[in-house]
Amino acid sequence: MKSIRILAVTALSGVLAFGVAACGDDDSDTSTGGASSGGASSLSGNIKIDGSSTVFPFAQAAAEQFRGENSGVDIAVGESGTGGGFEKFCAGETDISNASRPIKDDEEAPICKKNAVEYSEVQVANDGIAIVTNKDLKIDCMTTDQLKMLWNKTSKISNYKDLDPKFPDQKVALFGAGTDSGTFDFFTDEINGEEGDTRKDYSPSEDDNVTVQGVSGDKGGMGYFGFSYYEDNADNLNLVKVDSGDGCVEPSIETIQDGSYKPLARPIFMYPAAKSLARPEVKGFMDYVLKNQQAIADAAKIVALTDEQATKAQTALTAAEG
Amino acid sequence: MASATPAAPATPATPRTPVLGVARRRRGEDAIRVLLFLAALLSILTTLGILFSLLRETIAFFGEVGLWDFVSGTEWSPLFADPQFGVLPLVTGTLLVTGLALIVAVPLGLGAAIYLAEYAKPRTRRVVKPFIELLAGVPTIVFGYFALTFFTPVILNGLLGMDVPTFNALSAGLIMGFMVLPTVASVSEDAMSAVPSSLREGAFGLGANKLQVSLRVVFPAALSGIVAAIVLGVSRAIGETMIVLVAAGQQPNLTADPRESVETITTFIAATAKGDIATGSIAYKTIFAVGMTLFLMTLVMNAISIRFVRRFRQVYE
Repeated sequence: MKSIRILAVTALSGVLAFGVAACGDDDSDTSTGGASSGGASSLSGNIKIDGSSTVFPFAQAAAEQFRGENSGVDIAVGESGTGGGFEKFCAGETDISNASRPIKDDEEAPICKKNAVEYSEVQVANDGIAIVTNKDLKIDCMTTDQLKMLWNKTSKISNYKDLDPKFPDQKVALFGAGTDSGTFDFFTDEINGEEGDTRKDYSPSEDDNVTVQGVSGDKGGMGYFGFSYYEDNADNLNLVKVDSGDGCVEPSIETIQDGSYKPLARPIFMYPAAKSLARPEVKGFMDYVLKNQQAIADAAKIVALTDEQATKAQTALTAAEG
Repeated sequence: MASATPAAPATPATPRTPVLGVARRRRGEDAIRVLLFLAALLSILTTLGILFSLLRETIAFFGEVGLWDFVSGTEWSPLFADPQFGVLPLVTGTLLVTGLALIVAVPLGLGAAIYLAEYAKPRTRRVVKPFIELLAGVPTIVFGYFALTFFTPVILNGLLGMDVPTFNALSAGLIMGFMVLPTVASVSEDAMSAVPSSLREGAFGLGANKLQVSLRVVFPAALSGIVAAIVLGVSRAIGETMIVLVAAGQQPNLTADPRESVETITTFIAATAKGDIATGSIAYKTIFAVGMTLFLMTLVMNAISIRFVRRFRQVYE
């Protein structure tokens, strides 16, 4: 379902053309760049990254910032989904695989093993989704069951009091992520049980700002988007706590980092292949990502690593670099 | 054309070659003719090119989606996991907003035109008309945010005490009316001013008052120009993107209630093209299919207006 968008970060010399929307297995030509010359640093070459659409903004921001210092390196970032990314990764087609969950030991890892693709798991950031309502729509906490009742494919809920008699008697007006975004995939998967399963009578937008305007201007407005975007608009919105069975948890940087904000928080990973890490440009890129994870996370509007997580990631990477 | 200048026959004795006729072509005349022809040809070719590019993907689209499902379906959700391709919600959204725009633009535009053409003193007219036309120069995104951040919250919800959501057809449509107003006013005013003054004088001579002259003589005489002005306004309204994208919402909605949020054809195209859709995917082809729908809507409307004008036009020589 997920299409691939290739971000071809081209060299200044413009050697590389855009590979637009390669499909499925014929992506071998998406990142064929000539040997680029003329960077300030000595690094050069190509890095192929593919995988989760949730990690895509992070990887894209990382690639852009890295390229600012290493213009000799071409980085192509795709977003064919975590599963699709691992498929290519284990076939040895990509250097780094982005993932919004760990690799599956029973399905994906054996394929990597069969093809002698060794890898390491490096957590690069934390992802969290905030659920918000209009400032005057006082909903303090919702259970995951209520969220599912409201948002699932067959939902006909049109008033909040139908979810819970204690909720305000207010007509529902829903806003949310557009179908292209990782947030959409994450939310529908966690709340409704299947990626892409959602009621359709809401206003989808790829632009979170539209969601903010919609929610803040509609008395029955409710919406969801990445937590960092909430932080920027906290004054105009009411943040909803989520109860997944262990009581209401308010999303915050801390609860997202430690995973207690369930189920809408998760770590996100990059999986560099050992063989690729032997190349200086890939090693340089991964080192850069961990060293600058805070700045990259800020640019990508995602929650950065804790010091502890960063140390752990650095250890994993160092071990892999051997 | 080179018609006879009165001076030429009056001075036959001049040794110069007469400027009459086509005896000698000016150098470069052919080149100019070819250039002008190319200019005309290019605009036709552009239209054909647009039609062709739309057609190719549209045909591919209808290879996957039934024409009847497209035309008669009432649910539009092409980007979701279980896509539905009923275009009606988009068409009604477009027509609803356009209708609201016309409610503002036609009476106000024609009123302004009648005032300027019949009532205003030449000096007033020289000042007022450029101001109206200035409105046409306001970028449409400015109108869009005006509707979103001022008209909806301050006028509709505040002053009029309505209870409309942030994104609604009413605000977008009415503000779009002000965007279209100068087009209607300016073109119809030109048409009325072009009515020969002998007609007005005749009517005054028969004892008609100013209002009677304006409405019963000048207005019918300028009807073809006025209809052209309105059609131009409708075309602008149907094709307008920014105002509806910003202020009308992005939720396909089969409704005639202007207080609700609607998605128009142009909104869908702009919002979808902005996202990440893969070339060749059904979502990609969908853009072209609705683009073709928009093209046909304006085409049909233009055809109707041409017939209308031919039928009711009054020709004065």
